[in-house]
Amino acid sequence: MLLSIRDLSKSFPGTRALDGVDFDLRAGEVHALLGENGAGKSTLIKCLTGAYRRDAGEIRLDGEKISPSSTSEAQELGIGTVYQEVNLLPNLTVAQNLTFGREPRRFGMVDGKAQRELAREMLDGYGLDIDVGRDLGAYSVAVRQIVAIARAVALSGKVLILDEPTASLDAAEVRMLFDVIRDLRDRGLGIIFVSHFLDQVFALCDRLTVLRNGRKITTETTADLDRVKLIEHMLGHELDRASEEAATTDSVADDRPELLRFEGIGRAGVVEPFDLTIRKGEVIGLAGLLGSGRTETAELMFGVRTPQTGKTRDADGPVSHATPREAIAAGFGFAPEDRKTHGIIADLSVRENIILAMQAHRGWTRPIPRAEQDAIAEDYIAKLDIRTSDADKPVGDLSGGNQQKVVLARWLAMNPRYLILDEPTRGIDVGAHAEILRLIQEITEEGMSILVISSELDELIAVVDRVIVLRDRKHMRELTGEEVATDAIVRAIASSDHAPDAARDHAR
Amino acid sequence: MNVNPRLYPLLATIGIFVVAYLVCWIQFPYMLSTRVAGNLLTDNAYLGIVAVGMTVVILSGGIDLSVGSVIAFSGVFIAVLLRDTPLHPLIVFGLLLLVTTAFGAAMGWIIHVLAMPAFIVTLAGMFLARGASYMLTISSVPIQHPFYDLLKDAYWLMPGGGRFTLIGVVMLISVAGGAIVAHRTRFGTGVFALGGGEQTARLMGVRVGPTTMGIYAFSGFMAGLSGIVFSIYTGSGYPLATVGTELTAIAAVVIGGTLLTGGAGYVLGTLFGVLTMGLIQTYIVFDGTLSSWWTKIVIGVLLLLFILLQKGLVRATAIRA
Repeated sequence: MLLSIRDLSKSFPGTRALDGVDFDLRAGEVHALLGENGAGKSTLIKCLTGAYRRDAGEIRLDGEKISPSSTSEAQELGIGTVYQEVNLLPNLTVAQNLTFGREPRRFGMVDGKAQRELAREMLDGYGLDIDVGRDLGAYSVAVRQIVAIARAVALSGKVLILDEPTASLDAAEVRMLFDVIRDLRDRGLGIIFVSHFLDQVFALCDRLTVLRNGRKITTETTADLDRVKLIEHMLGHELDRASEEAATTDSVADDRPELLRFEGIGRAGVVEPFDLTIRKGEVIGLAGLLGSGRTETAELMFGVRTPQTGKTRDADGPVSHATPREAIAAGFGFAPEDRKTHGIIADLSVRENIILAMQAHRGWTRPIPRAEQDAIAEDYIAKLDIRTSDADKPVGDLSGGNQQKVVLARWLAMNPRYLILDEPTRGIDVGAHAEILRLIQEITEEGMSILVISSELDELIAVVDRVIVLRDRKHMRELTGEEVATDAIVRAIASSDHAPDAARDHAR
Repeated sequence: MNVNPRLYPLLATIGIFVVAYLVCWIQFPYMLSTRVAGNLLTDNAYLGIVAVGMTVVILSGGIDLSVGSVIAFSGVFIAVLLRDTPLHPLIVFGLLLLVTTAFGAAMGWIIHVLAMPAFIVTLAGMFLARGASYMLTISSVPIQHPFYDLLKDAYWLMPGGGRFTLIGVVMLISVAGGAIVAHRTRFGTGVFALGGGEQTARLMGVRVGPTTMGIYAFSGFMAGLSGIVFSIYTGSGYPLATVGTELTAIAAVVIGGTLLTGGAGYVLGTLFGVLTMGLIQTYIVFDGTLSSWWTKIVIGVLLLLFILLQKGLVRATAIRA
């Protein structure tokens, strides 16, 4: 066993990120590490690379107990990591990046010729034909990833951790990267592969380990595992094996008037073009694994990212939502996933946060009178039952659930016709969950349409009329009526619409 | 043979200098003489030296606003010490370089430890150094020392009557030294790495603290050296001297093709940046009818041009990536 982790635990204030996790890595295997947000993948990796100190448990590399306290120490021990982004420096040459920290020197000066020579040697066997004297930034992301891998292997050479290496690569580049990874595996490296793309996991990995809520759920041989089982492990839902066939109901005739029709909205590398019709007063859910394109769909709708294709229309004609400003003008609202950085402004008061979007909409030349501000704030504080001692308390002092209500109140004050909620219940306590769900239902009774993104399938099916299932940045299925059930959703996420052999080519 | 794109800004700088010189030469053939060339080096020596330090700072993504004041402080420090003590100028030079290097290192330390923007910390340094010069004297102090007369008259008479002065030599050596530090040492690679992104640099094993201190210490050292050269050039120390020189130096660095946001550029480019600015001044002197403020206007236009060029290059590389 090359690397073995026993009973690893790590806590942060308020959460237990890792709870007695075991993990084994053999030399010469690619081992996938899977799990949804908050499962503990990145904490596990950070404990391995020395970015975090573990609380308990032991890590053995080649039988020796290790406890790296910094990234460079882990590197020297033989554990190299390649992250999705921030890896190498695009403003330095390929050679400088590869040899950084161990440049060959002559008379105390870096010997440029020897440096390029060394870099070429390091890249030998990776099938890259590039000029090592050029800036790294001149090359594609795939080439940069391979250069980063070459550096990590040369520095460390035992364990290679690849954290979402394929997130921004196209299919051909993924193939190129996989060839490199397989080659390294055959040379005897132990490779830990973290990815949200299940097709890639099945195409590349020998074994996989699933984490959920800081615990290890299972370690399996990839070849023996089927997709549905894997997704059950990841989401934590047991399926009733007897009712294997998905219920096939005709889509319930819905006579509510159509509010918006998105046609072929998409953006290369973000979400493939999709169609979606939204009826007045309807709640639509987006389900899928992390990285499947849920948030990206919402961002395209709200103009956070500008769609490259497609058009949107309502009863009166075309609707433009290329920027958030236009989307707001079109009557859209968006409460983003990361409440702390994108949703609230922690230092501003509850009142100021609530009127923020409204004021922005009116323009700074027409300030909302203080009395009106107070009235609006008091109104929503009462309506949504926001628990705060007064409207002038900084939002940062409130609990997560109440912060989420403030974000909701901000958009409700705008009275949008279409509101997008990305993970509205993340990081708030159970009691507040129920309240947010109740609010969603109340709002739609007044005719507003809502799109909810959530990883909590139980919550999703409790509030929505329809569920759109996404996989690999594609809208795969639409579930309506009785199909809106945990089983059906899990199965839709798992279903593979192409042969396993083609998985590699499709993987992106 | 295709040219590495990272050389484009440097080539553009050299190209502009050559073209500008040609234009001058066509109008005033005498411009192409060793006299003019010698004076170009001598008159801009102090600026060239301080700009070398500034290049390293800007390459790291920082900025050093204190250097103009440090040059003035250096002049006053030397003048007062030579007036009031029997110390030999060389000892005074040593002391001064120690003080200015330590001053730079201290600013670097504060920038790193307190995670403060370099702009604010060196702005404070600028006021401190200027204030310290006034503490030493409030009026211009002439430097009278036989050794100084020696330094001032040290030159090599080039064919054609031009003087290749000692301080011109010091500038060229500084440029060469700066180029080695920036492009041929691990410290230099660390500087570029910081300019490319501090977080990534840290992940790649750059010791951010010592490197930051080293960068500002280097700039402090160069500012001190520039102060020595300036005192030789003017023969006095004056606390109000070189106000705004830090901005001129920044302009020279940018015209020299270094990216103001850090991470890309060449020390050699800075030399050409300085010489281009000097050339404009020389042209205006030759012309005789233009107001000297035209220098500023041309420098402003050149700066804008380079910012546009760099933006274009960054765009071009970003699109390909």
